Amino acid sequence: MLESTVYQLLTGCPRMDQRNARRRSLAGALATFAVALLAGCGPASNYKQSSLDPKSDFTSMIHSLFQVEYYLALAVFVLVEGALLYVILRFRGKAEDPEPEQVHGNTLVEVIWTAIPALILAALAVPTVKTIFRTYEVPKGDALQVEVIGHQWWWEFRYPQYGLVTANELHVPTGRTVSLRMITQDVLHSFWLPQLAAKRDVFQQRTSTLWFRTEKEGLYPGQCTEFCGLQHGRMAFQVMAQSPAGFEQYIAAMKASAPPAAPAASDSAKPTAMAGTTTTTLGATTIVADTTQGAQLFMMKGCIGCHSLNATKPMGVGPNLAGIGTRKYIAAGWLENTDQNLARWIQHPQDVKHGVIMPNLGLTDAEAQTLAAYLRQH
Amino acid sequence: MATSVLDHAGTAAIHQEKTGLWSWITTVDHKRIGVLYGASAFFFFLLGGLEALLIRVQLSRPDNTFVTPEFYNQLFTMHGTTMIFLAVMPFSAMFFNFFIPLHLGARDVAFPRLNAFSYWVFLLGGLFLNASFLFGAAPNGGWFGYANLSSRQFSPGPNMDFWAIGLQILGIASLAAGVNFFVTILNMRTPGMKLMRMPMFVWASFITQLLVLLSFPVITVALIMLMFDRLFGTHFFVPQGGGDPLLWQHLFWVFGHPEVYILILPSFGIVSEVMPVFSRKPLFGYAAMVFAMVFIAVLGFGVWSHHMFATGMGPIADTVFSLATMLIAIPTGVKIFNWLGTAWGGSLQMKTPMYFALGFIAMFIIGGLSGVMHSAPPADLQQTDTYFVVAHFHYVLFGGSIFALTSGAYYWWPKMFGRLLDEGLGKLHFWLMLIGFNLTFFPMHIVGLHGMPRRVYTYSAGFGFETLNLLETVGAFILATSFVVFIFNVVKSWRSGLQAPADPWNGATLEWAIPSPPQEFNFPEEITVHSRDPLWEMKRSAGGRLPEPVRTSGAGIHLPPPSIWPLMAAVGVMLVFLSLMLHEKTGPVGIFIAMSVLFLSIYKWAFEPVH
Amino acid sequence: MAHAEAHALHPATNTGIDNRKLAIWTFIGSECLFFASLISTYLVYKGKSLVGPFPKDIFEIELVTAGTALLLFSSLFVVLSLNATEQGNRKKALLWLGATILCGVFFVGMQVYEFTHFVHKGLTLQGNLFGASFFTLTGFHGTHVTIGVIWLGTMFIEMLRGHVPPAKALNLEIAALYWHFVDVVWIVIFPVVYLMN
Repeated sequence: MLESTVYQLLTGCPRMDQRNARRRSLAGALATFAVALLAGCGPASNYKQSSLDPKSDFTSMIHSLFQVEYYLALAVFVLVEGALLYVILRFRGKAEDPEPEQVHGNTLVEVIWTAIPALILAALAVPTVKTIFRTYEVPKGDALQVEVIGHQWWWEFRYPQYGLVTANELHVPTGRTVSLRMITQDVLHSFWLPQLAAKRDVFQQRTSTLWFRTEKEGLYPGQCTEFCGLQHGRMAFQVMAQSPAGFEQYIAAMKASAPPAAPAASDSAKPTAMAGTTTTTLGATTIVADTTQGAQLFMMKGCIGCHSLNATKPMGVGPNLAGIGTRKYIAAGWLENTDQNLARWIQHPQDVKHGVIMPNLGLTDAEAQTLAAYLRQH
Repeated sequence: MATSVLDHAGTAAIHQEKTGLWSWITTVDHKRIGVLYGASAFFFFLLGGLEALLIRVQLSRPDNTFVTPEFYNQLFTMHGTTMIFLAVMPFSAMFFNFFIPLHLGARDVAFPRLNAFSYWVFLLGGLFLNASFLFGAAPNGGWFGYANLSSRQFSPGPNMDFWAIGLQILGIASLAAGVNFFVTILNMRTPGMKLMRMPMFVWASFITQLLVLLSFPVITVALIMLMFDRLFGTHFFVPQGGGDPLLWQHLFWVFGHPEVYILILPSFGIVSEVMPVFSRKPLFGYAAMVFAMVFIAVLGFGVWSHHMFATGMGPIADTVFSLATMLIAIPTGVKIFNWLGTAWGGSLQMKTPMYFALGFIAMFIIGGLSGVMHSAPPADLQQTDTYFVVAHFHYVLFGGSIFALTSGAYYWWPKMFGRLLDEGLGKLHFWLMLIGFNLTFFPMHIVGLHGMPRRVYTYSAGFGFETLNLLETVGAFILATSFVVFIFNVVKSWRSGLQAPADPWNGATLEWAIPSPPQEFNFPEEITVHSRDPLWEMKRSAGGRLPEPVRTSGAGIHLPPPSIWPLMAAVGVMLVFLSLMLHEKTGPVGIFIAMSVLFLSIYKWAFEPVH
Repeated sequence: MAHAEAHALHPATNTGIDNRKLAIWTFIGSECLFFASLISTYLVYKGKSLVGPFPKDIFEIELVTAGTALLLFSSLFVVLSLNATEQGNRKKALLWLGATILCGVFFVGMQVYEFTHFVHKGLTLQGNLFGASFFTLTGFHGTHVTIGVIWLGTMFIEMLRGHVPPAKALNLEIAALYWHFVDVVWIVIFPVVYLMN
């Protein structure tokens, strides 16, 4: 039976069982199709970044619309492809067959099959327009304001209400609307957070906005989706949705990343030195400096020139590193934050993500590990 | 006695087919120009296909290092640019050139030398674009070159200069051809061929040329402004100088959306030729088919911002463009139903051209449906810029255009080359292509919805992208194999293929009335038509069959003589752009020399004797 | 009669319009989109320059108005030349064509002078959006005028040699159509750029 298929395919010779051969070829094609389709099956939760797994009010709204259009498309697909298949199978002919009736058209039929798609599209248009308007209305109330700044090739996040800045891992509380206001520092990027916020392109001269509220704690991955140059493929980020209490803890921890301002020098109160620190008094100001080896390297190798460890002050062209020790991913949201990866990223940034501004500093293995350990504490 | 397009004025001459390289370089014969377009398009198509295979190998595994990110970005940019401008459009041009005059019963196009000029400019432009690879500096900003990534600051090398200039060169070729075919179709129809009696392929081509004429100037302006930014320091798209990258997007897509109709309309025309012939009944609803295409073309200028739904234009703009996009789905759907109506009640002759035409319909339905899904902006906020849209446009451009162009190739091959292609190999080609195509591109819908962005040189493990990407790569290689089968078929046909009769398929249009391949002058005598399917009508009056047409001497038929000036003028155009690109090295002298070559060539062209 | 002679060497067309004439109309239609895009860009960036000089600092309306008037008249002159050609009056045809060309040359000269003057005043392509969009728009228009002058100049030489009899008036008509188009584009540019401030 297979031979006749192959025979027919190779020689083009019509045979009595040509019909069967063709049916089998068709079946083969459909089977491949099905394999392709089913290979992607499995619950959407298998896919960490799936847009079919909405976890916020914003994306649920979008997903409802998607389902309307998906099922409409599926229905049309089945009907029209079915009609095509029927026509192919039913009206196959041979060269010697008599000439079929020479029909030129049928106005009534044509009107009907113009009207029906129009009605289907009208049915789609109604929920579409409704959803369009709803997606642009930022819900009123006490929203968490987040500023997003796209860079080649990392994401900066600021909390204007708390005076904090961070990078690549955005913490948000559950049960509260997050209002994103976004721009780029260089080229166009696009902020895509499939499960929570869908996407929006970011520009220099205008602020883009998105909003969402999630009830579910978790780590939600996102990625840049506007081609932005060499490392566009490695410009990811993570959003960590925490309970309100957890979020408050996070904010507190970030605020604590500021170097503590020691109380004004007075006779009765001397600042207590912490282990591994020295205290210097310059005039009326007291500075407590972390002098572990890592801190020294951080300064001497020039890291301090681009990166700040202080989340209360945006500084430097590089991502703010307050909290980097506990971030789940590094190098802009895609490289697992293991000690080994962190050291490698510090030591060989151009090998990990070629083209980033961070140069290979010529660090030794020991230096890289020391710095990694130092960052692990932050 | 009215003179006609087949005027017999001029000295008597016996027409012999010219041979040799020089005859090809100086040809102004639309048929030869068509073959040149086709051969060049196939070459570039293979290049674009190679780029695709390299992309697929890189993406077959997570965190792959098969190619560097630098090279990957060049690969996907050139793949898109090549397939659109150097493959699909020139494949369509092959058919415009060979068959529009034949469909109209004419001897050639309105401006044969302008026709040759278009081809040479296209070839030089395509070679220029690809020469960038030799410098390791192929364009790398995506086929739509968004600002401000395309600015000198963020794309410092010559890559995007090659792109901006290459596309302008190609634009000139398209515009010249647009004028040529627009005039040819309006002015050179044989007696009796009213507009509503023209073959559907001619209608589709006519509307396509109109789209070219109205949309290419817009991208020309955008590219000029980009070029000025990059070469002369203007700030049209540079934010630091007040420029707005969004202006680029608007200008680009005002061109870009009609461009996709430029890519698909000729394919609609081809399918509208193949379906009736292989169903043995006329096209169902000719008038509706014509008006649907007109409607699509007009409306096609009103939907461009559906490519920009993620930019946040506001609810009103989103709504307007969304509704317009949905509206355009109606005439498109109507065409599909009309094709089905053509096959309905017919006697379907399952030959290779018909396989590909039916495959086109099946695949285009899918592409059209994913397009409708994109038309809803909130849903599009998840789909755009992901592999979902990559799936969509490959379904309409490959499943649509390439399938239809392949159908046209098998359909018209006997007429163009006088040989039959092997049916068995043709069907093998079809099945490999259908299976390979769907295996490559269907999973992209899924992987896109599940979170894979587009234009990424790699992806991490653990997102669920691995299996489907591997499957897609396997599919791509199966797809590549299908073209090996085609090449084998072509070679086999060249060596030992059966001689093709004038009318192997029982065709309805005028090209089947003359020998295969046609003689240089096409028709020995003028034909008057009285219906949309003139050859069927002629066969009916003759009792069912027509005798095999004989080759005549063509004595007394005047044809335009060959000319070198179209090629020289094309070289002039190239030199002008090169002198702009290299203006820092060659200065005003370079520009002057280039312009002199161009002006001299045009002058010689204008004053060359043609009678 | 002149018409029939004119068509003797060219087959009849379905529309009744000569191929080359239809071609120039088609080309003109396409070019409308070219200039529409340039004009749109100018309008989009109007008032958006981050730094000066601004239009009010730069424009001197008298000279450009004179140039505009001459360009408008030149369209009349070329029509008169075409009319004379069709009637076989070679001397008159040359006279009016010469006047057309002179007007065109003056217009281009006016523009070159104007551009130089503006650059001296600090308006450059690179300086701000006004400079970029102004020079690009008017520069491309000026280039089109220059090409027209060269084209008409060539026609003038041909006419001098007696190669433009009434039977070949179409050649001049096609050049004239292009010239009218270039004029019409200026009729849009002049108010949009110079008057709307």
